[in-house]
Amino acid sequence: MRHKRPHLQKWLALLPLSLVFLLSGCSELTVLDPKGPVGQSQKDLIVFSLWFMLGIVVVVFALFAFMVIKYRNRPGRNDKDYDPDLHGNTAIEIVWTVIPLIIVIILSVPTVTTLFDLEKPPESSSDKEPLVIYATSADWKWFFSYPEQDIETVNYLHIPTDRAIEFRLSSADSMAALWIPQLGGQKYNMAGMENTLYLQADEPGTYDGRNGNFNGEGFTEQTFKVHAQEEEEFNDWVQETQDEAPELTQEEYDKLLAPSVMDEQMVFSNTHLEWVDHGTNDGRDYAIKRHRDAYQELLHLENEIKGDDKHE
Amino acid sequence: MKLDEFFVTGEPLVYGGMVSIVLVTSAVIFLLTYFKRWGWLWREWLTTVDHKKIGIMYILSALAMLFRGGMDALMMRIQLAFPNMNFLNAQHYDEIFTTHGTIMIIFMAMPFLIGLMNIIVPLQIGARDFAFPFVNALSFWSFFFGAMLFNISFVIGGSPDAGWTSYTPLSGAAMSPGPGQNFYLMGLQLSGIGTLATGINLMVTILKMRAPGMKLFKMPIFTWSTLVTCFIIIFAFPILTVALALLTIDRIFGSQFFTVTGEGMPMMWANLFWMWGHPEVYIVILPAFGIFSEVIATFARKRLFGYHAMVWSMILIAGLSFLVWVHHFFTMGAGAFVNSVFSVSTMLIAVPTGVKIFNWLATLYKSKIEFTTPMMWSLAFIPSFVLGGVTGVMLGMAAADYQFHNSYFLIAHFHYVLIAGTVFACFAGLEYWYPKMFGHKLNERIGKLAFWFFVIGFHVTFFPQYFVGLDGMPRRVFYIIPEWMPLNVISTVGAFGMGVGFAIFVFNIYYSYRNSEREKTGDSWDGRTLEWATPTPVPFYNFATVPHADKYDAFLDMKEKGETTFEEEKLEPIHMPSNTGQPIIMMAIAAFASFALIFEWITLAVIGLVGVLIMMGIRSFDYDEGYHVEVDEIKRIEREARGL
Repeated sequence: MRHKRPHLQKWLALLPLSLVFLLSGCSELTVLDPKGPVGQSQKDLIVFSLWFMLGIVVVVFALFAFMVIKYRNRPGRNDKDYDPDLHGNTAIEIVWTVIPLIIVIILSVPTVTTLFDLEKPPESSSDKEPLVIYATSADWKWFFSYPEQDIETVNYLHIPTDRAIEFRLSSADSMAALWIPQLGGQKYNMAGMENTLYLQADEPGTYDGRNGNFNGEGFTEQTFKVHAQEEEEFNDWVQETQDEAPELTQEEYDKLLAPSVMDEQMVFSNTHLEWVDHGTNDGRDYAIKRHRDAYQELLHLENEIKGDDKHE
Repeated sequence: MKLDEFFVTGEPLVYGGMVSIVLVTSAVIFLLTYFKRWGWLWREWLTTVDHKKIGIMYILSALAMLFRGGMDALMMRIQLAFPNMNFLNAQHYDEIFTTHGTIMIIFMAMPFLIGLMNIIVPLQIGARDFAFPFVNALSFWSFFFGAMLFNISFVIGGSPDAGWTSYTPLSGAAMSPGPGQNFYLMGLQLSGIGTLATGINLMVTILKMRAPGMKLFKMPIFTWSTLVTCFIIIFAFPILTVALALLTIDRIFGSQFFTVTGEGMPMMWANLFWMWGHPEVYIVILPAFGIFSEVIATFARKRLFGYHAMVWSMILIAGLSFLVWVHHFFTMGAGAFVNSVFSVSTMLIAVPTGVKIFNWLATLYKSKIEFTTPMMWSLAFIPSFVLGGVTGVMLGMAAADYQFHNSYFLIAHFHYVLIAGTVFACFAGLEYWYPKMFGHKLNERIGKLAFWFFVIGFHVTFFPQYFVGLDGMPRRVFYIIPEWMPLNVISTVGAFGMGVGFAIFVFNIYYSYRNSEREKTGDSWDGRTLEWATPTPVPFYNFATVPHADKYDAFLDMKEKGETTFEEEKLEPIHMPSNTGQPIIMMAIAAFASFALIFEWITLAVIGLVGVLIMMGIRSFDYDEGYHVEVDEIKRIEREARGL
């Protein structure tokens, strides 16, 4: 084994290099290919940190390779560079404590500023009021209510481009997370409380959205499509929906709340907020009260081929 | 309750599991009866209070749990690589990732390390046993029965299926009815008692029972890591105990601590869970650091670099570990300020950890590295762990974490730290101390083969997961879109590589038992610390005479001075504790009570609980003070062991 060792180290040293090559293909990766300012700021932060991490990895790997190759016990190695009692050096120890500390400080600054920025609508669209959408998760589907437009969609979403979307997140039952990777990171949907998440799309297109937080048997299938459209097109869609979509009744809504996986998409010309807002203390147990027994039933979900169609 | 509700039905894999359980149990019973070993089993093992034997039982159980958790992992990997085969349905997949996570952390990583601590720490500090040998046996049996209780769930009653974090409200009675979640709660509760007791036991042992002259800052680094770990256990585990108890009361007696109904506070579970859960990951990583430090110093043939810095960095890590729990749910919406604070505290942990990495590298500087198998595990740890560490810092940047959270990027990160840290350390520690435990080394050639399979398999499995995570693949999905398939197939190939590595490792235990040369001295590796001063196999009282250990690397010093742990003129009778069957009986009754509670058979549970109380009463009036080993007896044993 021993004679193969230096060879191995060379390969180990190639590991960070391979990282660079892989990164060059990263524009393909969803999170690193954002379509809006929120995802962009997160990508910038990730890439910024990645350079430091890459630097650390290269330094440590190089030191490691050097130590392991140079100081391996091999026949004929002289004892000149063997010092079994060497056990400290204050100067160097201070150096390798302070440098990581500096790196942490350098990384903290953009982290904190980005954190505060994400609490506000993106600046690029500050000339317009954010569009408010209530995103409600219910085992295992999504209800999107547009209170200003008085429409509601199930399992799909239409948004205008170049305008901030103010998601009001809540859940009818288990904890979920609204995640549209190409627009930005996730936040939890919880029953009885409301989270706000700002996202924005700058490019028209169809993006994948899903529940990011495991919440039971139908979790895998709790996905939705986001259709980002130019403002005008979006307004047409709103108009059309208001004119043509059926009314959602409380009775039908209660039925939809029952735990199930739903492949079809639905659209209505009113919102369920008329009778319940699951993000308030009053609305927190609405679904559980009505469907307590239904949560015991297994759905026996398997991966059907249609599962793939849904994702296209 | 009908029988077909009691047993899990309808899954071919589960039926297979039942058959193999019955077969293995019958085989064990048959072999014990055929070779007339029941008495031996009871006297030598089940009633022992000897820390070395208890440690071996811990490690054997942990290896069995590594097998179980590994099989779960392979099943998940098969499902993700061949989603159209429908190997697992959604429900079964949920159960398997839940048991995989729980078993690997609670019933594999911790017991494995506690097993090594059990055997090595008293030897390293020159003690003859734990401070409380009875409690030590009690701890082991509470872990063992807790683990069995948790494992039996897949054939009886149904496995828990809400993830190893068991987030409420999903894991509450409303959304997860039935015994599954109760198995999780009671299994963890029962074994948690043992962990807490071990924490106290080891802490007292280290603080009060060190050899004369051994000041705190002269202790071996593994003992230091154990001491720091004990403090984390003592402060963290009560939080888990309380959280589990509250959720149990919620589920069984209908209270509303974590429910959506009745003004419960589901978020509180996540907080309590991670207030224990984050320190928990340091409970399994700090001893690993200790093991690597010992192994690296031994096989670099050089004193550990920066001993004081190593100790203080562990203490600092332990302190910080209680101040970062929110980073597990930055996405809960606590606001920019809270997230900023926890973001910075999280990233700060990288500083002491980085110091440790550089200290290990500096230990290698001007050393003479011998590539034994334990050393190879320790060396492989350094670059692998750094990859896990830097991605940990990235995850700590809360704003970016909104994208990493719940994705395979996170999965890759924590497997990189837990496998490259804890699992590599378990293998390194086991192979390093194996001759001390069993009187022979593990075969080096086979050990290295296992090493290469496991380490390469590990990187092949988890490196691609960083990328598939950045591509938006969430954890805990049971099928995936075609774009994620290639990287997932690579992961699955790697996972089987790790499986082969583990199989070779286990084979090596058998092969070495048959073929390895028996140890003639106690000092198998030219060691530096006191455990190597004892003869092999270690006499049950460990040290005939306790050495004066006022130097760091005490055994190195003893060797220079020509001292041993058998100074005939200093011999005195040794006081040892008697074996007792009480711990196993008490915990068996506790397990019975827990089992009854799992199925919500309250009367039976109360009867069991009364049984436990009666056992405690019996113990309180137990006046067995142990016995003394006479000087002649010690002389006989030591002369034989040392070939004098």
